[in-house]
Amino acid sequence: MASKKIHAIYTDDDLLMQAVKQTRAANYHISEVFTPFPVHGLDHAVGLAATRIAITSFLYGLVGLSFAVWMMNYIMIEDWPQNIGGKPSFTFYQNMPAFIPIMFELTVFFAAHLMVITFYMRSKLWPFKKAENPDLRTTDDHFLMEVEADNHDVEILTKFLYDTGASEISLIENEQDH
Amino acid sequence: MYTLPSKLKLFSIIIMVLGLAGMTYGFLTTPKTVEDVKRIMAQQEDHHAEGHAVAEHGDETTANFVDSARGEEGYSESAMEHATDLNPEGHGSSSHDEHVLHQLQTRPWSATFVAAFFFMMIALGVLVFYAIQYASQAGWSPALYRIMEGITAYLLPGSIIVFLIVAFAGTHFFPWQNDELVAGDKILQGKTGYLNLPFFLIRAVIYLLGWNLYRYFSRKNSLAQDEVNNYGPYRKNFKISVFFLIFFIVTEASMSIDWFMSMTPHWYSTLFPWYVFSSLFVSAITVIALVTIHLKSRGLIPFVSDKHLHDLAIYMFAFSIFWTYLWFSQFMLIWYANIPEEVTYFIIRIQEYKVLFFGMLILNFVFPILVLMNSDYKRVPWFVVIAAVFILVGHYIDVFLLVMPSTVGHNWSFGIPEIAALLFFAGLFIFVVGTGLGKVSLRPKNDPFIKESENYHF
Repeated sequence: MASKKIHAIYTDDDLLMQAVKQTRAANYHISEVFTPFPVHGLDHAVGLAATRIAITSFLYGLVGLSFAVWMMNYIMIEDWPQNIGGKPSFTFYQNMPAFIPIMFELTVFFAAHLMVITFYMRSKLWPFKKAENPDLRTTDDHFLMEVEADNHDVEILTKFLYDTGASEISLIENEQDH
Repeated sequence: MYTLPSKLKLFSIIIMVLGLAGMTYGFLTTPKTVEDVKRIMAQQEDHHAEGHAVAEHGDETTANFVDSARGEEGYSESAMEHATDLNPEGHGSSSHDEHVLHQLQTRPWSATFVAAFFFMMIALGVLVFYAIQYASQAGWSPALYRIMEGITAYLLPGSIIVFLIVAFAGTHFFPWQNDELVAGDKILQGKTGYLNLPFFLIRAVIYLLGWNLYRYFSRKNSLAQDEVNNYGPYRKNFKISVFFLIFFIVTEASMSIDWFMSMTPHWYSTLFPWYVFSSLFVSAITVIALVTIHLKSRGLIPFVSDKHLHDLAIYMFAFSIFWTYLWFSQFMLIWYANIPEEVTYFIIRIQEYKVLFFGMLILNFVFPILVLMNSDYKRVPWFVVIAAVFILVGHYIDVFLLVMPSTVGHNWSFGIPEIAALLFFAGLFIFVVGTGLGKVSLRPKNDPFIKESENYHF
């Protein structure tokens, strides 16, 4: 079955936000939005489920913190006991102030890097992957909203999208069956 | 228009009266002579003996500084030996008893100062936050301008009281005002160019004038903006806010050096003014959030949405972490270097105030970070209130720990003088802020950004 989609291009993020809200209110289905930069509140307006990446980030942070504690304890206390700051107590607890910067850095390091890698995997992004955005201008200064047109009258939909402030509208017919 | 609810008004007046009575009691019941001190000490020892015959304080409290390689009890003893700031000789007293007498007489002064400064710093911090909004031409916050102005109404009475306390505290707070002591101390002689009474008072007057003049003129311009149809008053406010911020950061630094760091004039930390600032700022933003929630719950500010609350909660969260960062930076450098004249500051705080010292970290860092981490919780008023209570209690303890260990040392407790001072200044704060909020409409008009602020979303 051929799937029909309409690509509506906007030139301003506020305009896009408004158009997204109007389109959703009119019961059209937005399948994707391409923007050159993250637009605040867009995910909420399009109706995407809240991201769970913050939860993974928190868990990765805990992993990093535990790793740092284990690592510093092994390196500085067990394997080769160190005299830290002229206070040779040789216990983790009493030397902890010296380890806190490392614990902090590794927490941030793990949380940030693993979160980005998780994001890449969930978005199916990897090196040399062919770009999916349908219009190169969405990487510069244009915003593209993709609306499904299968079950709608294309004429009416086009008129509606023009009224929401789209500067350019094109009908995409996709012959492949997904 | 807001009017202070009559029950809240009555409550504030009652706790003010109670507080005043308690503070008077605190000042009147200090021991007058060395004989009184000896009697008190004897009573305390009897009391102790009844309980645990063998309970000795010194044993476990030095544990943090045990040197197991040398088999020594640690460095704290030898470090404290040289801490003339905290020792009997340091205050020029001839005996231990006289030293205790001095500290017991200081206690009501310190208790009053802690509470007075705590509420003054909230008003001052709100004023700084307000100036930042003007100077940065922030678009989200103009809806909160009247609320901030209401809170800064406390600055004038609050700062005058704090000024009177530091001006008359004398050697209760500031050992460098003791001429006998300075005469025998080379380090203090070297500092007399800055630490002398006339210059100290002149500086305090300059701080007060600068802060209160800015508060007076910015409020005046802000109200004038309601009446005109050009942006003249707004532009004026922008300019004076920029100059106030420059003035503030300089005076805040010397204020914290004057009023807190010079209580132990041998000790210094270059991070100290920032540290005091972070405490001041986070408490202030917390109080803005609390007052906003209070007004919102009474339906008086429909133009303030949960998005504004969200932003205030973000600031509370961020500046709690900022405070911890500065607290830890100061602590770790001193702990690591372990130089006797520097570590005394932390030794007395860890040995004598252990629960407060580490409890404060939990209240000011762990709780806010856990309660406010989730983005959605920042919009739930009662969640923000819980975090706010933790933060305010924690930062009261922070001020307590700035003042008490340096002034009354080992002879501290949390009794009638402390609670009474807290009650009195809390009552005064509620009364003055409530009256200040009720003076004009809570909705600013004609501000260039007010529309943006009211439609604020993200």
